[in-house]
Amino acid sequence: MTIELKEKPPLGRVVVITSGKGGVGKTTSAAAISAGLAKQGFRTVVIDFDVGLRNLDMTMGCERRVVFDFINVIQGDARLKQALIRDKRLDNLFILPTSQTRDKNALTKEGVAKVLDDLKQEFDYIVCDSPAGIEHGAQMAMFFADEAVVVTNPEVSSVRDSDRILGLLSSQTKRAESADAEPVKAQVLLTRHDPARVQSGEMMTVEDVLEILAVPLLGVIPESPAILRASNIGTPVVLDEPSVARRAYEDAVRRLTGTEVEMRIEGERRPRLLQRLFGRAS
Amino acid sequence: MSLFSFARKARRPRSAETAKDRLQILLAHERSGGGVEKTDYLPMLQRDIVAAIRKYVAITENDVEIRMERGDNMSSLEINIEMPRAAPR
Repeated sequence: MTIELKEKPPLGRVVVITSGKGGVGKTTSAAAISAGLAKQGFRTVVIDFDVGLRNLDMTMGCERRVVFDFINVIQGDARLKQALIRDKRLDNLFILPTSQTRDKNALTKEGVAKVLDDLKQEFDYIVCDSPAGIEHGAQMAMFFADEAVVVTNPEVSSVRDSDRILGLLSSQTKRAESADAEPVKAQVLLTRHDPARVQSGEMMTVEDVLEILAVPLLGVIPESPAILRASNIGTPVVLDEPSVARRAYEDAVRRLTGTEVEMRIEGERRPRLLQRLFGRAS
Repeated sequence: MSLFSFARKARRPRSAETAKDRLQILLAHERSGGGVEKTDYLPMLQRDIVAAIRKYVAITENDVEIRMERGDNMSSLEINIEMPRAAPR
């Protein structure tokens, strides 16, 4: 681990990836965003808050190397340094896996605060992958956040749940509770967007979703085969082969770090009929 | 489309294969209870190792590093202990 002297102090920004609804792409986004930040040179750690249903390790491809977890650290059974798994592709990227078995109450507010404070001494970005729902795990993942990425699909139940989460971010967080702190900076990341279906009127537009949620847009991630591929092989999308999804995540990461990037809304190129019949040899 | 099913099969992306392999290895551990028990005994194992070595050499918990790599046929547990250079403090 990086104990050596630092050229500059770490940023220590806590970013929660949340959504309310399950299956919208929180873990995929947490993996892609943390890898994207690390690729830009930021010292980054990504934490799995989904106690009992560990999955970030598989998405990051380090499932065979889990020894200690977040709960071990909170309960004092392991030190933080031992539980952090260094990514095999980027040496400034670390994963803190969650526990597979223990009860969710092990995730105490004091314990989480201590771990985050320690990580802030070492890392520029601390990315918290929230579980679905609005229960304890999700509350703990968002409580200490400086920023929030609300992952949303252009679909009614997802938008509704995101609205709910935005409400919690502005009332049930440390920043919300302290009078002199800025509120949590929340942005929407629209995932599984399909321009062809928007075009044909089957899917709400980006503007529709933003009008309802009324928060800034971090990015639009198109529906893409690259997402399943990346999860199959345990590689964050931004570290896998080029794709529209990878480019969209890279743009979102640059916006997250404060760079202005023009919003481009792309779709996966669909093979045309002839290409489909004769295979995509090209 | 059955005419093309042969060609389609040949083009099946290899990543699906990888996904299945990874799941089989992982779930074999988790189902046998191995995954659960395993992560539970490691903190104790570490304490015992530190205690055993401490009888002879002054080390702290910070000097012990445990790494694990699970494979399909065997898993390896790597324990690195950093020994103090000089005589025990």
